[in-house]
Amino acid sequence: MRRSRRTLVALRSGPEWAIEAIIRVLGVSTIGLVALIFIFLLTEGLPAFFEIPLGNLLGIRWYPTSELYGTLPLLLGSVLITVVAMIIAFPLGVCTAVFIREIAPAWAREILKPMVEVLAGIPSVVLGFFGMVVLAPVVREGLGAPTGLTTFTGALVLAYMALPTIISVAEDALDAVPKSYRDAGLAMGATEWQTIWRVVLPAARSGILMALMLGMGRAIGETMAVMMVTGNAARMPVGLDALLRPVRTMTATIAAEMGEVASGSTHYHVLFAIALILFVLVFAITLASASVMFRRRERGGLR
Amino acid sequence: MVETKIRVDHVSYWYSGNQALSDISLEVPARSVTVFFGPAGGGKTTLLRLINRLNAQLENTRMEGSILVDGEDIYAPTVSLPELRRRAGMVFALPLPLPGTIRQNVLYGPSLAGIRDRARLDGILYRSLVQAALWDEVKDRLDSPASGFSGGQQQRLCIARSLAVEPDILLLDEPTSGLDPISTAKVEQSLMELKEQYTIILVPHSVQQAARVADYAAFFLMGELVEQGSGEALFTRARDQRTEDYVTGRFG
Amino acid sequence: MNPHLVQKLGFGLLALISLVVVIPILLVIGAILAQGAPAISAEFLTAMPRDGMKAGGILPAIVGTLLLTAGTGLVAIPMGVGAAIYLSEYARDTGLTRAVRLAIVNLASVPSVVYGLFGVGIFVLLLQFGTSILAGSLTLAIMTLPVIISTSEEALRAVPMEFRTVSASLGGTPWQGIRRVVLPQALPGIITGVILGLLRSAGETAPILFTVAAFYLPALPQSVMDQTMALPYHLYVISTQVPGMPLSIQFGTALTLLIYVLSMNVIATLIRGYFRRRREW
Repeated sequence: MRRSRRTLVALRSGPEWAIEAIIRVLGVSTIGLVALIFIFLLTEGLPAFFEIPLGNLLGIRWYPTSELYGTLPLLLGSVLITVVAMIIAFPLGVCTAVFIREIAPAWAREILKPMVEVLAGIPSVVLGFFGMVVLAPVVREGLGAPTGLTTFTGALVLAYMALPTIISVAEDALDAVPKSYRDAGLAMGATEWQTIWRVVLPAARSGILMALMLGMGRAIGETMAVMMVTGNAARMPVGLDALLRPVRTMTATIAAEMGEVASGSTHYHVLFAIALILFVLVFAITLASASVMFRRRERGGLR
Repeated sequence: MVETKIRVDHVSYWYSGNQALSDISLEVPARSVTVFFGPAGGGKTTLLRLINRLNAQLENTRMEGSILVDGEDIYAPTVSLPELRRRAGMVFALPLPLPGTIRQNVLYGPSLAGIRDRARLDGILYRSLVQAALWDEVKDRLDSPASGFSGGQQQRLCIARSLAVEPDILLLDEPTSGLDPISTAKVEQSLMELKEQYTIILVPHSVQQAARVADYAAFFLMGELVEQGSGEALFTRARDQRTEDYVTGRFG
Repeated sequence: MNPHLVQKLGFGLLALISLVVVIPILLVIGAILAQGAPAISAEFLTAMPRDGMKAGGILPAIVGTLLLTAGTGLVAIPMGVGAAIYLSEYARDTGLTRAVRLAIVNLASVPSVVYGLFGVGIFVLLLQFGTSILAGSLTLAIMTLPVIISTSEEALRAVPMEFRTVSASLGGTPWQGIRRVVLPQALPGIITGVILGLLRSAGETAPILFTVAAFYLPALPQSVMDQTMALPYHLYVISTQVPGMPLSIQFGTALTLLIYVLSMNVIATLIRGYFRRRREW
């Protein structure tokens, strides 16, 4: 024997066990956080549905000072501005992603990618400020609107805020298309352009759909920029001129009014109810896109 | 009288529902070289990894039977994995230096075990590198990054790294598969010296290598242990026709 | 039409669209730089505001934003990196793990103003922190958590599995392998992710509206229980709530915030590039 025989049995060391426990708690606590947020919104928001008749809540007039809590204009405002923003951002984003991934020479990629990252880094309030001071006057004079703070102005700013999300998710989707698909397309005599539209994009469609949904989730929850550039008039956004009129979103309503309400008042509960609706809406969008995302994850953990 | 170091007792093993080993029983004698050989997918690497329980990190696996090291069941619930792995060092098919210098690589295991004494660490560093026949080549570059050395040097570094934790057993999984003939010869040479002190199990990368180094040999085919015995017996007068065919190069 | 001509036109169109994406970004930065730079001076950055904030500097807003960034990091970094280690190194593919992943994706999508509400309810009112740096930092930290978790997890997963196996084969416990091999190798990626998360929180306004931000304070905050001014909120206030505010101060404030945030962005990019070139695997 070269040395005294050790036994294979050893007690598990204390710190190791404690560290593992802490790490596990931290990981699982994320579920707790989401639950906490949801329960909190429920307890503060649900009373609104008992305190106010449903007819009032779903009405078209939002005048909290007169006890009129019609959330419809806010809901439609959010939806309208998000839809318009997506109509602008989705084609721009997907085309840019295709350009970056499939076509652009290296030097152009080296410029485009950091630029998109910079855009993602510009604070919402700075974009809102720019929209208010620079963009709004242009919209007013260019389109002959009575004010520059319109749905269109807001949607334009929102579109650019959603672009980094759309571009990066769409890029990932294109990246995930196997090279053999492209080779097959080219081998059949198709041009690169035909291959992109008929082979690569269809193969990446679920990921590109995810890009749209995540961009939408990003846009609908945006607050500061929207509040600063949309004029915040709580009117029903109907009619063809709605694009060039002020509008008010759910997020802007919460941000603008939360500071003034008394804790526990009906108005307070309604604001939480709006937040609850937002939370559920965004959660649903996320859930739908997450199902796409989970399919990509494969590798398990250690041990 | 040959001392038995490892006893594999009726071991069967399933990975994701596929049987990788069926009813393997064998004994590994102490202080000698035992080779597990046979065509790919035969279960030799699987059995090697079962001996220091590296498969513990895989999911969807099931094992039956028992493996005893020095008479202790290593799959008993009280067994400490770090202790077991300090007893049975492992060298992988590809040289896998950790990021860092030669010194950091060799002393990684001892420092995990809590050894802090500089003189003792220096002693371990010297002894391990000498045993792995690497000392002369690296003694002036102990603090250079390990990634800057050749594949053969890196693999001997990995052997030295395993030796540094003072194991009784050395498990080598095709350690020379990525190496040129000269480096291979050096590694084999150091194995010949190491077997004076260590129980070595080697999965060779060729029959020729198996025949060169084996004191004892076990032939694996599709998860079954076909034949075991002294190296000389298996490679010159195999009892089983399949062993004979494989050794003489008729398949595999 | 000739398919190659179509391709040429198509490629040209896509290049043009990419320009449509990029040019407004340059316009925003250019406009803020051009109009904000003249306003920035040593006094602007180091003096208290005067004359109803229409003169003097924005020191309290700068200090406040730095404090909030630090506070956010203090809470979010250990929590986020811990959760990332759990996901990358310990979690097996179980229902619980999937629930954790779903929770993180969900946290990432919660609108910032909802975080603001949550912060008011939990930290300001329920836990009685009042509108304070503590309440604001905690709110921002929760918002930042998913960014830090996902980027850190990605960095941890990028470290080759073999390093963990080697560490285990040398008698290392899982935690020893993580602490001594995996974490050091993943550190540049984690730092990059942390900075990206913190820069997002630094520019946020909605979560701090009701949890910490003050319209105007005559003195710098003295403790974590004090309110503070902050750059994003300050920009919002002076551009929407204060009539007759000189445009130069507005642009100056916007530029200061932009420089703070974009410099973090640049630092993160540099760290990522530097270590990617240096790593040994």
